[in-house]
Amino acid sequence: MQQIIFFLIRNKNFLLFIALFSISIFLTIQTHSYHKNKFVNSSNAITGGIYSIKSSITDYFNLREKNKILINENTRIRKQLESYKSKVVNQNIDTSSILSKYYFVSAKVINNSFSKTKNKLTINKGKRDSIQLDLGVITSKGIVGIIDNLSNKYATIQSILNTNSQINAKLKNVKHFGSLVWNAEDPNVIQLIDIPRLAPVKIGDTIVTGGRSTIFPEGILIGAVIDFELTEDENSQNLNIQLFNDMTNLEHVYIINNIDTQEIINLEKGLENVE
Amino acid sequence: MLNNEIFINIIRFIVLVLTQVLLLNQIDFLGYINPYIYILFIIVFPFTGNKSLLIFLSFILGLTIDFFLDSGGIHAAACVFIAYIRPQVLKYSFGISYEYNTIKISNTDFIKQLIYVGSMVLLNHIVLFSLEIFNTNHLLLLLKSTLFSSIFSIIIILSAITIFSKKPR
Repeated sequence: MQQIIFFLIRNKNFLLFIALFSISIFLTIQTHSYHKNKFVNSSNAITGGIYSIKSSITDYFNLREKNKILINENTRIRKQLESYKSKVVNQNIDTSSILSKYYFVSAKVINNSFSKTKNKLTINKGKRDSIQLDLGVITSKGIVGIIDNLSNKYATIQSILNTNSQINAKLKNVKHFGSLVWNAEDPNVIQLIDIPRLAPVKIGDTIVTGGRSTIFPEGILIGAVIDFELTEDENSQNLNIQLFNDMTNLEHVYIINNIDTQEIINLEKGLENVE
Repeated sequence: MLNNEIFINIIRFIVLVLTQVLLLNQIDFLGYINPYIYILFIIVFPFTGNKSLLIFLSFILGLTIDFFLDSGGIHAAACVFIAYIRPQVLKYSFGISYEYNTIKISNTDFIKQLIYVGSMVLLNHIVLFSLEIFNTNHLLLLLKSTLFSSIFSIIIILSAITIFSKKPR
């Protein structure tokens, strides 16, 4: 017994090292599976608070450019609105009676990373703004990622620039689907894999979200094809895609909330139970 | 005197963490190079200080950085590793004598400083980037990030040591 205690005392540094190192490795491996890292993330009150103080200062530096983006978006939407108005004959429609499947919440990015292989963003909206896990996040130009962790006031987003992320996407004009992944090389170029060999792909084709999941509605812009090649087994092709979004310079984002999500999930659960 | 040292270390901890997350992590030089200055805390921790305490504090330091960067436990692991290995690194950089003399890092000659800081930073970065990338397909990326970030970190840490050291009177 005494020898065991002596052994422990003699090797206390080594044992402490092994214990803490194992905890760290455990926490690291947890982050490799999607939203399992409940404990270590920057959506908590302290880190979120410090990041929002930081962003309240650094925001001033690119106000001019952000204004330009917002004005462009407003112009585009106004144009769309006018073209809809001219089509509608009866001007007295009660707009509150038109139901939309999706509603949008705006948020501000308070921390953005794009230089690592598993990138995350932090935004200043959380549970109290009725945000839930697994909601899609977009900007006016394209997709950004999926909500990954939540606290009351802040949330983290798993960016599309994350080697763990996989999003359903398709070519805009044809109905061929593939998965969107990232090879960690360039923050403006991502890859669309598993597109069937028969699909007609041209350089410059637009890639949009596929709408096969409840997260993103169909047809949200992603990017344009810059080159493509057949895989080694010649069954499918891999596409390199230039993003429309500048992922290195994000500030205002929209969170998409699908009203039907709960219903769809319940339905799918019900089906599983029947089986 | 002892209280003073604890106080200095607490201040150093907070200042280094804030500098790291608010300033240095926004650099992204050439797209992927970031210096990591926060390990300066482990490098300049008193040479005669309690080793178990240092390992524990390094864990807390790394975990704090991990909270900010959403990186799981990679910084904690890398910090704990260099804190554990520090006595060996000290021994071969400064010779056996470091334990009995109260030498300060800023008073030693530059080559010894470079060897000590260089080995600590390299060891830290190798563990850090292997855990972050965690994939043999990206071996080249791993070596590239480790090498360039290390050079950047070593320069910044050595400058910090030189700037904030008290001149011998």
